[in-house]
Order: sequence, then C-alpha cells, then structure tokens
Amino acid sequence: MAWIRACSTDDIDAEDVARFDHDGRTFAIYHSPEGAFFATDGLCTHEQVHLADGLVMDHIIECPKHNGRFDYTTGAAKGAPVCVNLATYKVKVEGDDVLIEI
Amino acid sequence: MGGSAAERGMVIVGAGECGTRAALALREAGWRGKVTLVGAETHPPYERPPLSKDAILSETPVAKAIAGAGDLTAAGIDFRPGVRVAAIDRPAREVVLEGGCRLPYARLLLATGAQPRTLALPGASGENVAMLRGLDDAARIRAALGPGQRLAIIGGGFIGLELAASARRLGTDVTVVEALPRLLSRCVPAEIAAGLEARHRAEGVGFVLNARIAAITALGVELADGSCIAADLVLVGIGAAPDTTLAAAAGLAVENGIAVDDRLATEDPSIFAAGDCCSFPHPHYAGRRVRLESWRSAQEQGTLAARNMLGMNEVLAAVPWFWSDQYDLTLQIAGLAEGAATTVRRPVGEDGFVLFHIAPDGRLLAASGIARGNAVARDIRLAEMMIARGLCPDPAALASPATSLKKLLAA
Repeated sequence: MAWIRACSTDDIDAEDVARFDHDGRTFAIYHSPEGAFFATDGLCTHEQVHLADGLVMDHIIECPKHNGRFDYTTGAAKGAPVCVNLATYKVKVEGDDVLIEI
Repeated sequence: MGGSAAERGMVIVGAGECGTRAALALREAGWRGKVTLVGAETHPPYERPPLSKDAILSETPVAKAIAGAGDLTAAGIDFRPGVRVAAIDRPAREVVLEGGCRLPYARLLLATGAQPRTLALPGASGENVAMLRGLDDAARIRAALGPGQRLAIIGGGFIGLELAASARRLGTDVTVVEALPRLLSRCVPAEIAAGLEARHRAEGVGFVLNARIAAITALGVELADGSCIAADLVLVGIGAAPDTTLAAAAGLAVENGIAVDDRLATEDPSIFAAGDCCSFPHPHYAGRRVRLESWRSAQEQGTLAARNMLGMNEVLAAVPWFWSDQYDLTLQIAGLAEGAATTVRRPVGEDGFVLFHIAPDGRLLAASGIARGNAVARDIRLAEMMIARGLCPDPAALASPATSLKKLLAA
C-alpha cells in the first residue's frame, strides 16, 4: 500500500468525477458537493463501464450506460442493475494534491 | 377460488428483464407469499441487449444472467423455465399451462414481451432466414458470421445496425436493405442516422435504401427490379410486435399492446401488464398511449407493477430512455421527440453532439445524443431529469457547451 498522487484539488469541479489510471489499474476520483474527495474502482460492477463518464448527484455516482447507482463515499450499490459494491480507497489532500492509498 | 392471497400467490408470465425484475421486486417490497415466474425459454433469465453486441462476438454467445437459478431459489421464487402458458381462466383466477396444469393467482402479471415481426414475402420462412430475439437465435446467427460469409440484413433499425457492426467486426460481408429513404426513421433524428450511416459505410457495410424486396430465395434477397443481394444468411430485423395473444384470448383490451392504466393495471383488477407487451398513458406526453421497447423501461415497469400488485398504487412516470452501441459509438435518447417544434444542437467533445427537442410551449420533450464512448451520457441524463420536471430551459443555453446543464436543472 502506498499513497499515490491522483490529481490536483482544482482538477475536479465540486459534485463531479474524474478518471485516474495508475499501474494498469483504473480509478474514479470524486469531489463531493461539500468539498471532500473520495476514490473508488473506476469500472462499474455490472458491465465494466467506466464511471468517470457518469453523473454525480450529491453522493451518488450513476453509471453512464445502464444507470447503476453507487454511493461513492462507501461504494455501496444502490439497486438494480448493480448488486456488487464498488471497492473504495482512502483519500487525503496535501496542499493542492489529492492522494489515494492503493 | 379459495385460499388466501399468500397461498394463491403472485404469478408472472414471462421471464425476461421485466418479469424477472418484477419477481425480485415483490420480495424487495416485502411480499412473503408465493411467487411463480413462468418462462417459455429454457435458459435462466438473461439480458437481451448484449445479444446483438458483445455477446455475439464470442464464438459461443453466452448470456449475462439477470439472476441465476440459485439467486431465484434463494429469493424464494418458483422459476418454471421452458413452460408455455395456454390460457388465463379469469373467473377462476388461474393460469392454465400447456399440458393442463393450473396455477392459482391472487395477482397476475403479464410480462410476455414482444416477438420479431415477420416479413410477408415469398421465402420469408426459409432456412436461410433468421431473426434475433433470444440466446438461441444469437447462437444460430453467430455460426453464419465471419470472413467469407455474406449477411443481408433487412431493416435499418437498432437490431439490424447493431448486428451489422458486430458482423463487420467478425469480418462478415454485410448489406443492409431498408425500405425507407433513411435508417432509424422511427425514433432517431435524421442527423444522427446520417452520421451512423456514414460510419457503417466507412466500415464497409453496403446499403440499399428505398428498397423494394420481391422475395427471399436460396441465393439471398431478390429486389423488385430483379437484382439480387447474394447472402448466406438473411437477417430480418423489422421491429417487434407485442405478445398479446394470452391477454386478447382472455378478453382483455389490446391497443398496440395490452392496454393498462398509468399504474399498469388492466381492466381486471387482478391482472397487470408491463414491459414491451403493454401500452399505457404517459403523463409527460399529454396522456398519449405509448408502448416502449426499452431495457430500462422493462425494469422500471416490472418493479412498479410488482409494487402495485401489492397495492401500493404508484403512477408510472419514468421518462423513456434508449441506447444503442455501434462500433465505438454510443447513441442515447431520453424522452419522446414527437411533436417537437424546435431542435437545438449542443456539441460534445470533438465530434459528438446532443440534440434537444423542444415543444411549442417551450417544454423539453426529448434529447438524443451520439459520441464515441459514453461522452453524451451525462447530458442525456440531465436532460431526462429536466423532462421529468417539465422544465422549459432556454434553448440558447442548452446549445452552448459553456452552460452547465446541471445549473440549468437547478435553476
């Protein structure tokens, strides 16, 4: 496990998401409406579609393809068609840098 | 006609997306009585959309399960695969299976789906003709795809074009034959259809538009002018018709689908219908009766019907949503554009765009977008929410990529 810099705090608007790739893995980094940052696996657990194209509303990320919904602060799947939770990662902000522990 | 509701139980006819979601939703809503899910196919419930896309690329198409047989058992759902229903005995409140067995119901859901329309032409039932609806169809079509194989597709709709893209990826020669002057004329704007046609042509797909087909022969598709499109397999993809046979035989009203109200109930208070097989008055479109062939609508309607079978009395108000994948392009549509007075165009990324279709009174009726990957997904989702709220967003703001649609939604 190591802390890896994912992006700058101003790379993602509030209530939005961005993609981060590292070492052959892909993640989704979220900036919540309150200004906190979160990280999950990048691909939806239903059909492996990248969540970074999805819509963030409050604490929910919605898959851009089939509208599977997850709470990105916990990874919890919020109903059909998704039934498997998303993996989440610890995030910390140092200065302008958003770091995730992977 | 005795027995409590729990003993008589809930019976669902049709184990596709809609029926299966309904069965699961009954449990999620707290129903502890019997649930019986009757499916005509022998496979456990599976997702149909991949059959024309990713699933048909593998040598043996494999279906993605909606719920495995084990999941259904765990949920206490009595799944009956490979079983056909012969009739509904409404006075006795029983479903009669082929072979004569009877299933009593407290509430019955008809989720019988739709069947591909057939061509009324000489040769249309020949051995070289296929249609795509189920997994077994996909396996049969897959065996005729590959380098050196020639596929003729009758119908330039979603099924035909998605199959054309998949067949080209496998190296098949593909010709699409369409009776109308352009592709996707039923529900896709001309600009998007033209872009898709150009992409298919660039990928090597041949098109015959305004086609007059005389017959299907052992050689392929014979046109009225005497020419022939040579093909090893002829795929007919000319739309689907609602499966209303059982409902009609039971005396239920049929109006382009089993006629239900905005709560998905038929005129018989014990019988509901949902998904591709039913038509209902849509609150966002002036109560116009619509029938939707859509994966997401099937889920929404199955879930809502299940809740209303338990007496929850909820109104179906979801905005229709459709999508199609062809090559690396994804098309998404929210709403119904019929009756639009103006259309504005919002560029997305380098070559994608979303069209917003606006009613004479300024209300947003629909949005249709296309781009590589899922680049239009957020805009379409936000448009869907605007439609659901009956908003009249400023057309110039919609057209400007500098305007945040999220802010327009909140305004």
